[in-house]
Amino acid sequence: METTMIANPGNHSKIHPQKFGLYLGIVSLIMAFAGLSSAYIVRQSAGNWLEFRLPTMFFVSTGVIVLSSLFVWLSSRAFNQQKELAYKTYMVGAFVMGCAFIVTQYLGWMQMYSSGIDLKGNPSGSFVYVMTILHVFHVLGGLVVLTVALYHAFVLPFELTYKRRVRLDLTSIYWHFVDILWIYLLLFFILQR
Amino acid sequence: MATTDIKDYDLRAEELIRDHGVDDHFHEHHEGDKYQSSFFSKYVFSLDHKMISRQFLITGIIWAVIGAGMSVIFRIQLGYPEADLQWLQPLLGKWINIDSAGVGTLDPEFFYSLVTMHGTILIFFVLTAGLSGTFANFLIPLQIGARDMASPIMNMLSYWFFFLASIVMFFSLFLSTGPFAGGWVAYPPLSALPQASTGSGAGMTLWLVALILFVISTLLGGINYITTIFNLRTKGMTFWRLPLSIWSLLITAIVGLLSFPVLVTGFLLLFFDRSLGTSFYLSEIFIGGEALDHVGGSPILYQHLFWFLGHPEVYIIILPAMGIVSEVLSVHSRKPIFGYRAMVYSLVAIGFLSFLVWAHHMFMSGVNPFLSSIFTTFTMIIAVPSAVKVFNWLSTIFRGSIRFNSASLFGIGFVSMFISGGLTGLFMGNSVLDIQIHDTYFIVAHFHLVMGVAAIFGMLAGIYHWYPKMFARHMNDTLGQIHFWGTIISAYMVFWPMHYLGMFGVPRRYYSFDVFDAFRDFGGLNEFITIGAIIGFLVQFVFIVNFFYSMWKGRKMTSKNPYKATTLEWTTPIDTPHGNWPGKIPTVERWAYDYSKNGEDYVPQVIPLREGEEAH
Repeated sequence: METTMIANPGNHSKIHPQKFGLYLGIVSLIMAFAGLSSAYIVRQSAGNWLEFRLPTMFFVSTGVIVLSSLFVWLSSRAFNQQKELAYKTYMVGAFVMGCAFIVTQYLGWMQMYSSGIDLKGNPSGSFVYVMTILHVFHVLGGLVVLTVALYHAFVLPFELTYKRRVRLDLTSIYWHFVDILWIYLLLFFILQR
Repeated sequence: MATTDIKDYDLRAEELIRDHGVDDHFHEHHEGDKYQSSFFSKYVFSLDHKMISRQFLITGIIWAVIGAGMSVIFRIQLGYPEADLQWLQPLLGKWINIDSAGVGTLDPEFFYSLVTMHGTILIFFVLTAGLSGTFANFLIPLQIGARDMASPIMNMLSYWFFFLASIVMFFSLFLSTGPFAGGWVAYPPLSALPQASTGSGAGMTLWLVALILFVISTLLGGINYITTIFNLRTKGMTFWRLPLSIWSLLITAIVGLLSFPVLVTGFLLLFFDRSLGTSFYLSEIFIGGEALDHVGGSPILYQHLFWFLGHPEVYIIILPAMGIVSEVLSVHSRKPIFGYRAMVYSLVAIGFLSFLVWAHHMFMSGVNPFLSSIFTTFTMIIAVPSAVKVFNWLSTIFRGSIRFNSASLFGIGFVSMFISGGLTGLFMGNSVLDIQIHDTYFIVAHFHLVMGVAAIFGMLAGIYHWYPKMFARHMNDTLGQIHFWGTIISAYMVFWPMHYLGMFGVPRRYYSFDVFDAFRDFGGLNEFITIGAIIGFLVQFVFIVNFFYSMWKGRKMTSKNPYKATTLEWTTPIDTPHGNWPGKIPTVERWAYDYSKNGEDYVPQVIPLREGEEAH
């Protein structure tokens, strides 16, 4: 390998470009939710704002998504330790928990709806629907990424390569982000009362 | 054992990175253009940043002609409200109403569509995608010494999302109900209620879809630009050695990354109001005597979310032009840019302040006067870094050996426009004065000069300057200069008189002033403006002919550095291959502006400092 082909030998300690790009993407998503949060606060301060209790299923789903994040972390750790079985098992666990999160969120919306908080009603309910629906879309994106990770785990031969590790890191960074984002949303809804 | 494995693995990974730097990986896979062997992979689904840049440019030029053509049509209406416009019927069809006497008039609803689409097209499709898309793609890898963008595939997708947005928006022009007509800002309720006007139905739906596709394109591009600048600079290319064009594109991308997502959330709530019956922006409304279900929404909320992007968007448009002009003026004055670091700090300051001034677009919407005073203050402060830049451009060309060619003339023209338009910004940024001039032609004159025409001038300066690098041929300079003088004279003909209209309170977006005694006297001035607009539009064809003719028949580039410039793009071969430099990527040894130093005309960035020579 010719050294001349290396772009910048001084730059090797730098963050991987794809990870950097993902962090930038996360920044833009944070801005989107910050925009919605500020719209929520501004609208709330204008009055005519219905107060209601968050559905209990949202707390269940919090446990579910935290668990899935834990599984992603364990899977990633097992991969680095070359423990193939644990890597695969935890990855399946993460995926299952991710799917379960979607189900629990759906049940949460149903709880809201049956208690009289519907999408078209007071904006306080509409905001919760819109923000949680947008979040679920990001979780669905995460599930697609996890599906690719499962493909890597079960179809490709197990090998600890740099490329595979970067891919796994990208998956877990994004998944942890949607987890933290949910916890933020839940705290926001609870505290902004 | 596990711990040892991780350590071993990390060492191995380090080794892999050392041996397979990102560029190296790129080079291995793309060398010899094996991925560009067919027509489709070379010209259509290209991964080469230079081709993607040309795709953005040509799409932008097509949009510019459409957008400017629309302005000519509505200017004809404003300048000659009594004229028979039957001759436009072959082009506009049913939007020209023929009365019983056989006189054709422009449909008022379509007038609003034209104004709306002119704004949308010029702001987003020409001056964001056409300007940033073109020059970020073209200059970033070439000027920082990278083989391509960090992710060529994302880069390609960025163009194709823009293309899709273009198709959707173009399609909306041909709807039987017409394109969206509620203004480029798409304020509710006109945008939120499909039944509000003819353009608010399918026209608005397509507008929204096109804009969301457009934002995806911008974010994909922006993430790539920032990542590339941070990660793929060649050896020696420190941040303080970056050309100002790169700095400006970096700040632009960061501003876009932070502001466009907020616009999307504004659009998301708009979508829910339009299609799913929520009341984020809609309060109690009657349409045609019928009460709608919406309760308690606030259209001001949309304005906040919109302008949180909308104002930074102004800087997304102007910052790349500033960077391009800094580069062009320095090269063609044979002088280093004056106050390089001050230029960088002022770019950063403008980028930062651009997030703190949005409500100055909303002084008349009933915001708290105390809040207005804060936004007025920040708006005034933004004049400081802007003035620093103007001072530095003027100081750069002052006593320089200026080459008056098309590129430098458009660069100087940019400074002229920026000063003329910038000064009026001080008036309307003041919340008290804004009460008189809000929504008048004063505003139209201001923003067209300071970010419309100025940004177009910056873009044209860039096109004339980097055309040889893009197409390996020169554009005709005489035609370029005719283009410049025709454009600058007509631009001032159009926008200077508009200030007077605005000061007298003539409102923008009006189809006709026939019924207003106070504004009837301005017929002559409006006619004058329209003549200027027509001249300005026709002169652009000199450019278009020059641009496309030169692509095949222009004077061939004989030297790879025709301007004797210092930056890295001029060290690449004339026919620059995919990967930019065959073999080794050059190493950077000095900053980008060593002109007229120690008696030497210029010293390229790749030349090491001589013995005893001090860095700038």
